[in-house]
Amino acid sequence: MSLFRFPCRASRPRLPGMLLAALLLSLAACDGEWNNPYPADQSGRNILYTAFTDRPKHLDPVQSYTEDEITFTAQIYEPPLQYHYLKRPYALIPATVEAVPEPRYLDAAGRPLAADAPAEQVAQSVYELRLKPGIRFQPHPAFAVDAAGNPRYDRLDRAALAGINGIADFAHTGTRELTADDYIYEIKRLAHPHLHSPIFGMMSELIVGLKDLGARLQEDAKALPPGGWLDLDRYDLPGAEKVDAHTWRIHIKGKYPQFAYWLAMPFFAPVPREVDRFYSQPGMAEKNLILDWWPVGTGPFMLSENDPNRRMVLSRNPNFRGETYPCEGEAGDRQAGLLADCGKVLPLIDQAVFTREKESIPYWNKFLQGYYDASGIASDNFDQAVRLGGSGEATLTDEMRAQGIRLLAGVRASTFYMGFNLRDPVVGGLTDAGRKLRQAVSIAIDQEEFISIFLNGRGVPAMGPLPPGIFGYEDGKAGINPRVYDWVADPAKPEGGEARRKSVTEAKRLLAEAGWPNGRNAKTGEPLVLNLDTTSGGMGDKARLDWLTRQFAKIDVQLVIRSTDFNRFQDKVLRGAVQMYFLGWNADYPDPENFFFLLHGKEAKAVSQGENASNYINPEFDRLFERMKNMENTPERLAIIRRMLAILQDDAPWVFSFYPKSYTLSHAWLSNRKPMEVGNNALKYQRIDPVLRERRRAEWNRPVLWPLLVGILLVAALVVPALRQARRRAP
Amino acid sequence: MFAYLVRRLAYAVPILLGVNLLTFALFFVVNTPDDMARMQLGVKRVTAEAIAKWKAERGYDKPLFFNGAADGTAKLTDTIFYAKSARMFVGDFGAAEDGRDIAREIATRIGPSTALAVPTFIVGLLVTVSAALLLAFVRGTRLDFWGVVACVAAMSVSGLFYIIFGQWLFSKALRLVPISGYADGLSAFKFLVLPVAIGVVAGLGSSIRWYRTLFIEEIGKDYVRTARAKGLGEGTVLFRHVLKNAMIPILTGVVVVIPQLFLGSLLMESFFGIPGLGSYTIDAINAQDFSVVRAMVFIGSVLYIAGLILTDLSYTLVDPRVRFD
Repeated sequence: MSLFRFPCRASRPRLPGMLLAALLLSLAACDGEWNNPYPADQSGRNILYTAFTDRPKHLDPVQSYTEDEITFTAQIYEPPLQYHYLKRPYALIPATVEAVPEPRYLDAAGRPLAADAPAEQVAQSVYELRLKPGIRFQPHPAFAVDAAGNPRYDRLDRAALAGINGIADFAHTGTRELTADDYIYEIKRLAHPHLHSPIFGMMSELIVGLKDLGARLQEDAKALPPGGWLDLDRYDLPGAEKVDAHTWRIHIKGKYPQFAYWLAMPFFAPVPREVDRFYSQPGMAEKNLILDWWPVGTGPFMLSENDPNRRMVLSRNPNFRGETYPCEGEAGDRQAGLLADCGKVLPLIDQAVFTREKESIPYWNKFLQGYYDASGIASDNFDQAVRLGGSGEATLTDEMRAQGIRLLAGVRASTFYMGFNLRDPVVGGLTDAGRKLRQAVSIAIDQEEFISIFLNGRGVPAMGPLPPGIFGYEDGKAGINPRVYDWVADPAKPEGGEARRKSVTEAKRLLAEAGWPNGRNAKTGEPLVLNLDTTSGGMGDKARLDWLTRQFAKIDVQLVIRSTDFNRFQDKVLRGAVQMYFLGWNADYPDPENFFFLLHGKEAKAVSQGENASNYINPEFDRLFERMKNMENTPERLAIIRRMLAILQDDAPWVFSFYPKSYTLSHAWLSNRKPMEVGNNALKYQRIDPVLRERRRAEWNRPVLWPLLVGILLVAALVVPALRQARRRAP
Repeated sequence: MFAYLVRRLAYAVPILLGVNLLTFALFFVVNTPDDMARMQLGVKRVTAEAIAKWKAERGYDKPLFFNGAADGTAKLTDTIFYAKSARMFVGDFGAAEDGRDIAREIATRIGPSTALAVPTFIVGLLVTVSAALLLAFVRGTRLDFWGVVACVAAMSVSGLFYIIFGQWLFSKALRLVPISGYADGLSAFKFLVLPVAIGVVAGLGSSIRWYRTLFIEEIGKDYVRTARAKGLGEGTVLFRHVLKNAMIPILTGVVVVIPQLFLGSLLMESFFGIPGLGSYTIDAINAQDFSVVRAMVFIGSVLYIAGLILTDLSYTLVDPRVRFD
């Protein structure tokens, strides 16, 4: 019997109909948002939803350094200091300590010096920090004690860990007060040979005794069995001195005022010895029960779920110290509603759910559906979200405004540049010819056009290495790079004029003076061919590289793009084997020293493997840098910075490209958002209106059912003739 | 049969050694231990001492294949190749370069990958075989013609288009399912409906055409004519005879991929936020994490060999003439 003549033939017309009816009935019976990715029991709760793209590599404060990592660690750990959330320029304020420390200076004999003592007299700076009393760690099994007060979980083995897969699987937790020992322990961890702190090299030159501690730990670690524990309390560190239970001093060599900024970074957050001991027990690492996976801190949040391939959840730390929302900010903050929560106890949300979104399309659509509270803007979505005005100002599109979405824009504390290798015989050297060649290239590359075409206007043309917001950056006429721009007066402009890029003719003139008239060697007639090493080169980069080639062609220079992989690029830069390259720098802290050091002679990469990839060595610049870096932000410091900028603009070791702008969108129910380019601990200030969010989500996400019905009918229209055909063919 | 299995398993050992050797050689042609250290330690403020320490701690300061400075067997065993390869053969994958346990990571990710891949595979197979049989059944008709046209059109469209269009239509425009995400247990259903459906639809065009060709070839054979002459219905002819006799080429393409379903799908998992194994190897290559790369290549090889053995065994089930003695 044919399949299509089966006994069900009589009922065939009815069964699909019944199924369809049942389906539609069941669909009609459902309400709410079908596309809601969150569990129903989270509805209406005070939870912030956001996303992350790259999984954090490290959550141990001694290692975490990248933005992906600090997004989490900055909410969990509390270094002694933090940045004021609202005030600009950025100001350090106490976090867990009573006050921002004022360094005491000592000479080589240990005698006190005046606060304004010259750097060359200062042998040591001493930072004394005193904790606020009563700060407690988040609940954690490492602190759990039995009735007799002994630790519950300090003698675990693999058998005892059977059935335990996460921190939440431990039956008991405890807490204790934060002490100076916890901070000192973390400073010692910087030297731990197995932890590979990225700042150990730098800090070992700075903190008294840290280098020696590193050597001792390295030696002792060799004798340890695999997975063995180094008890850092057994090691002395003269540079971290305990005064009493709540007070400690950090001794650093010489004078380095920027050290206070480091005290606002997770590298200097407290790690208790018992936590280090707890995680070092046998069997823990195999279950990812390590500090690098389950951080322990005193901050406003604790990591309650860690599946970095899918979701990470920060929950309110019930033991948080009672910090309150700031009551003062900069001009305009009150009008912007940023002071409405003055005095309220932080954090203002109960939980933050970070979902991993590797692709921008789902991320963007979920934001528009109200399932993420805030979002960045990918290039693909830029036109849908933002409209750029004639003078470059960004406004939201009508579609975004209709959804009540708000735009938050700010210039990031970063700088991007195309560097010349000053060791190169063609583009390098501090000779007049080298300078003029580099200046000509700087003029020829039209950064304004680049920002407009490739960044959707999300950048500010750079005049030097210092981005806006950093001491020494100046707007207007005073801040232009006179080697690349002219100031054109225009009373209609808010700044009384505007910077206008010098002409290609001027660039050609400089090139000719450099010995390359019309892009050819004045003596040999050989064409000028310059090589750019880049890790770009894929399909998406072609347009940029073609554009760049055309910029060089404007001054008759042939550009050769040498695309390479990241490893080879790093290696070539390290050996000084590149001619030109692209790089960028994100500020560690808001001080000009953190940008100028990228061009300091001591940092020359080919010489000392430092951060100066251009191998730029100008004795005058270096001398000014040494003076400037130890100064407070005074008019005298500003004068030195102006001179340093003038030297750089003249020598042109970099083509100063742009300072990137960050555009963030947020829904109407999310408040207290302000761009914070350093610090990163902004989560505790955010506020959610869950009722409004629920209402909007329901409005925006009503399921549309009729196309489903049409689709089913269409499928039926295809299948029924097929079945008829089959029946006709059957014998 | 047993002897055959033992022989095939014995063959697997040199294959795995060879794959491991090739992976090792290719990886270290492209990356040096210094590159790996720089990638793990980051690009900011990394010193030469930090790189040296990182390499020493993980054994990347040793020679790659041959240690001339060592004595006896240590010339071969005190090398990166031996240290990083030997333990895999006893199932110990060790830790990734960032310190996380590889076996645990795989165990965590394999569930979501399977939850997506297995239904896609089963539903896809059922739909394609049924549709191909239907087209073979109505061969030469307008339905067959337009069916083949539709298949060619469907296979000409990029898989990415199906994903983006599917997400736009069902999640954004109709708002019927979440656009991406994942949940454990039964809650995973609403997250998997769309990727499974898209996975099935995206594979229909080429598979239906391929199976249709196989079925039509079988339909032309004498035994089919005989079966019809006996008075069997067309459905019985197709399902009992044609399908069974076309199984060898079908199984060749199908069974070998079954073990690899556990390895997940890069594109689908990436777009739908499914925390599976699909991107684990790619992420590891990008992060220059040799420990993960070698582990995943090793597992992939083992699964491929298992798939080939299963395919051979499956032949005996559908074709009595196939014997391994």
